[in-house]
Amino acid sequence: MNEPHHDSRFQRWFNRRGWIKITIATPYVWLILFFLLPFAIVLAMSFATRTPTAPPFSFGGDYPLLNTRTYHRLVEDSLYIRAYLTSIFNAVIATLMCLLIGYPMALGLTRVSKSWRNILLMLVILPFWTSFLLRVYAWMGLMGTNSWFNKLITSGYNYLVPAEDALRYIPMMNTNFAVVLVTVYSYLPFMILPLFANLEKLDFTLNEAAMDLGSRPSRVFLDVTLPQSVPGIIAGSMLVFIPASGELIIPSLVGSSSRPMIGRVISDEFASARDWPMASAVAVALLLLLVVPLMVYTYFDGKAHEKIKSSGGADA
Amino acid sequence: MNRRPVFLITMLCFGFAFFYIPILSMMVYSFNGSRLATVWGGFSTKWYISLFSNKQVLAAAILSIKIAVVSATMATILGTMAGIALARFKKFRGRTLFSGLVTAPLVMPEVITGIASLMLFILMAEYLGWPSKRGFTTVTLAHITFSMVFVTTIVHSRLVQADDDIEEAAMDLGSRPWQVMKDITLPVISPAILSGWLLAFTISLDDVVITNFTTGPGATTLPILIWSKVKLGVTPDINALATITVLIVGIGVAIAGWLLNRAERRRELDAQLAYRDNK
Repeated sequence: MNEPHHDSRFQRWFNRRGWIKITIATPYVWLILFFLLPFAIVLAMSFATRTPTAPPFSFGGDYPLLNTRTYHRLVEDSLYIRAYLTSIFNAVIATLMCLLIGYPMALGLTRVSKSWRNILLMLVILPFWTSFLLRVYAWMGLMGTNSWFNKLITSGYNYLVPAEDALRYIPMMNTNFAVVLVTVYSYLPFMILPLFANLEKLDFTLNEAAMDLGSRPSRVFLDVTLPQSVPGIIAGSMLVFIPASGELIIPSLVGSSSRPMIGRVISDEFASARDWPMASAVAVALLLLLVVPLMVYTYFDGKAHEKIKSSGGADA
Repeated sequence: MNRRPVFLITMLCFGFAFFYIPILSMMVYSFNGSRLATVWGGFSTKWYISLFSNKQVLAAAILSIKIAVVSATMATILGTMAGIALARFKKFRGRTLFSGLVTAPLVMPEVITGIASLMLFILMAEYLGWPSKRGFTTVTLAHITFSMVFVTTIVHSRLVQADDDIEEAAMDLGSRPWQVMKDITLPVISPAILSGWLLAFTISLDDVVITNFTTGPGATTLPILIWSKVKLGVTPDINALATITVLIVGIGVAIAGWLLNRAERRRELDAQLAYRDNK
């Protein structure tokens, strides 16, 4: 220990309790300033009125923070409701597709040898480290009307349908199909990784016991593996569904402009229409409809798990 | 299980084909001689040449790396502090709000974070006069905020897993709490801090949406440059840029994986040797 009587007052304070206060307060204040405060602004802004000034808003009326005109428009104009529905629909389909493809892949990863598993896991994570934008872009090249992929799919389609229905190409770009496809492609690792983490920990002797007792593999899967993997399914679905529903890049690049998703509506209201109150109201509604319920659910789910774990720990 | 899981292996093959065919196709087409990005017109490296002579791309790449280094470093400092606070200080005022604040940015749709940050910066410029214009500063501030929580998640989970036996032993032997933190806890979590920095760095380097909202004229990052080009359609030089990115990342990850593998094998070997010596 260094001689304490040479320490300055700051050093003594720091050594005793000060460093704890600094450790807590620095990130706390940062997040309040740059995360909480912006959301308070969004919330307040959703009650403002749009004006042609700069910055383009004003708080007016008798009760400036209870001016719900923007929210009336949100409910009345079918554009917004349709955008919410399109977003939720696309995100649900994409999540289900990710689950259908990702679950067998995650299960497969638990069944290969350890050295293969490490390589394959790295191959799942690798696209993560390359640019998200470039992965979306890769599909723009594949889905174009002249691309080899489109020709391949078109000839497959023409082979299946009668000759008079044959197409020269299949219009894939700027459709909701394209949005779902690219969303599945971009978010599949988010489904595989939590599922794998969950499935890897499962006790395989249960499966063997069920097999020994004469269950068919399909029954073993449905009765033993699937119920145990529900936490992984929920975690993966959450990681896909939430960002997919608020996605902006994918619908902007490959989506249809006649049926926009909510992320694009927020961005357009804000940047093109310069309607800050409307953009804020749409954002608040998105948060209240999707993000907050899911967060509250995960919070209580996590609490429940902690409780089970701690009571189990007390027993052991 | 002695039965070969044929279905699962088939799904794995299908899944990896799905992952990599678009990327491979893009890499092949970066050597396409034709101007039409999707029609093959013979082998050529001209898009690489035009890419390397493009000063705009180089300037954007340098700006992106600068922002990523600064924001990842700040995010690592702040995120590590938050991780330590949540894992080691069980009770302090406002802990619930704090843990909410470090999880919320993880699930927040980026559009919302983007417009929220932009409104904050515009209002700050209006009423405080700082930051006077949007660009490097505002983008970096926004990146620090949403990438620090990823560092927190990594550091926090490492701290929860790590035994605090050594920390308690040091305490019992008369070390002051701050010394324990500095000499034991921080070295123990240093791998987590490093991977947190790398994650924050790549998140910042990759970000489009939040940067798009918070940047201003004269501060074009590489993703923003690509974004403004691909919005107009497929262009061959982006294929070349993508190929270079994928190769750099692929080689980097392969080397990192090889090093980790080697370290792990060496540790196993040491453990075996130690076991044999003790017998």
